[in-house]
Amino acid sequence: MIRKTRSNISQNEQLLFEMSSPGKRGYQLPELDVPAVDAAGALGGENVRDEVTDFPEVSEVETIRHFSRLSTWNYGIDLGMFPLGSCTMKYNPRINEAVARIDGLAWAHPYQPESLSQGVMEIVAVLEGALCEIFGMDAVTLQPAAGAHGEFTGIMMVRSYFEAQGNARKVVLVPDSAHGTNPATAAMAGYQIRNIQSNSQGMVDVGALEASIDDSVAALMITNPNTVGVFEENIAQICAVMHSKGGQVYMDGANMNALVGIARPGDFGVDVMHSNLHKTFSTPHGGGGPGAGAVGVRSHLEPFLPAPRLRKNAEGAWSWDYDRPQSIGPVKAFYGNFGVIVRALAYILAHGGVGLKNATVDALLNANYIRKILEPYYEIAYPAPSMHECVFSDSRQAAKGVKTGDIAKRLIDYGFHPYTVSFPMIVHGALMIEPTETEPKHEIDLFCDALISISQEIDENPELVLKAPHLSRTPRVDEVLAARKPVVRWKKP
Amino acid sequence: MNYPENYRYTKEHEWVSMDGDVGTVGITFHAQSELGDIVYVDMPTPGAAVTAGESLGSVESVKAVSEIYSPVSGEVVEANETLKDAPEKLNDDPHGEAWLVKIRLSDKSQIQDLMDASKYQAYIGE
Repeated sequence: MIRKTRSNISQNEQLLFEMSSPGKRGYQLPELDVPAVDAAGALGGENVRDEVTDFPEVSEVETIRHFSRLSTWNYGIDLGMFPLGSCTMKYNPRINEAVARIDGLAWAHPYQPESLSQGVMEIVAVLEGALCEIFGMDAVTLQPAAGAHGEFTGIMMVRSYFEAQGNARKVVLVPDSAHGTNPATAAMAGYQIRNIQSNSQGMVDVGALEASIDDSVAALMITNPNTVGVFEENIAQICAVMHSKGGQVYMDGANMNALVGIARPGDFGVDVMHSNLHKTFSTPHGGGGPGAGAVGVRSHLEPFLPAPRLRKNAEGAWSWDYDRPQSIGPVKAFYGNFGVIVRALAYILAHGGVGLKNATVDALLNANYIRKILEPYYEIAYPAPSMHECVFSDSRQAAKGVKTGDIAKRLIDYGFHPYTVSFPMIVHGALMIEPTETEPKHEIDLFCDALISISQEIDENPELVLKAPHLSRTPRVDEVLAARKPVVRWKKP
Repeated sequence: MNYPENYRYTKEHEWVSMDGDVGTVGITFHAQSELGDIVYVDMPTPGAAVTAGESLGSVESVKAVSEIYSPVSGEVVEANETLKDAPEKLNDDPHGEAWLVKIRLSDKSQIQDLMDASKYQAYIGE
């Protein structure tokens, strides 16, 4: 039974282009009090675009209403459960925003002299220190602007480390359960990729790993917990095997949300790692950024960190140290995305050590609660215990002709955003569900009831699911037509 | 589904059909059915050297982008340009009209290593 949504009336929306009528304005400019300049004459004709015509001409109130109405069509974490979890957007506590809006932080300028930037530099230093403690690493850089950027920074450091010993090596090992950015990163850094098959538990097979290692292997890129939401229980052995051949272990810490306060990558043998601050430390992520891919290293890689590094001088003041001869160089203008850094630190300090550990435990509890409730209805992909997310396969439903994408569409009718569909790719027809730590029990129960109800609909009336959604603003869109014949801009009829 | 007897097949679900020293390469019916509706095809240009087991191009479906692995080593002599505007042909006729590329093999004996139709059908469990 659909309990969360009712059909309701809300206004249809034209494109701004379609509302346009000639001469309407949303602004008033004073009369020109300087001589008019011919743009084509001043800039050169090739720099003045005239092929784009028919810009919309609308009034201010029409524009405001247009975007306000569109905003009410959104589904977001502030409206209900978002089972894509931290990969996309977990709840951002409002304290983060309050702190980020403090004038001295919000208006800090990268060209302020160091003497006027001591506060913001202190914030960077304190966050780097906190992340060192959480990761169990010896040094952290906050310079990279996103997770994949952090990966690239990390693997470039691995390359520099080996180059300093006279041989950059040739190969990076990547398990088949890896994030797609891992092999992409290694390739961008000039390495060949060697794939490692997972075992029946969805974990790296240590035997297969040992068979893949030789002197040409620079590093293993491993995600832990991995993309099927399973903790690599042989991780210490995996790291030892890599180190015995002189290789480095890179950990994709995208799923640190499941480890904070419980296990530290530095303790189980990881040499270098990144963590996406939005995933674990609740910085905003909607709309694709700005991001932060904090990178932690053990001391042997510390000389290769991106320049500059923070340094405290004899008088106790912070300054930037550019004299880093072995550094891979700067990877971003200025130092990371500062607004994101502030929010991550606010989150860490607001929780404290115990609070962070509790958040981890709650994330695991929520995911395993969902797994337990849904297991009678959906096939769990791997029997190994789930961490912060649970992954099902659509095999039982697909046998009746209904696939994960159809179930996700039907979930919209029940008032929920779909879960992650068809990822990870090593699971056939995956339904990946990550509730995160903040989801209350009654919301999770509603969500589970919806998925149970859909599994019953598939038994009784599969057409209902195959043609879903029925209550959404638009019926099921033709994804194939949209991909094959995309219409990417409005043209005057 | 009919898997032509005179084709040879790979574990990555490509087929190759020989004519002299030129092999015509495509993806199997099984591959297109797993991929779902194909919306874009990326192929090498004629003259490109390709190596067996390495990427030849990619096909994009609504679900994912998948690599096409070359079943053989050699030189690309022709790419099926009609797929650029009509990628749906890969769903409709993967073993025929929707071939991807023709490759002049560096060594004809390499197709001995590939599966025949009955082995491939056993491999995919049909």
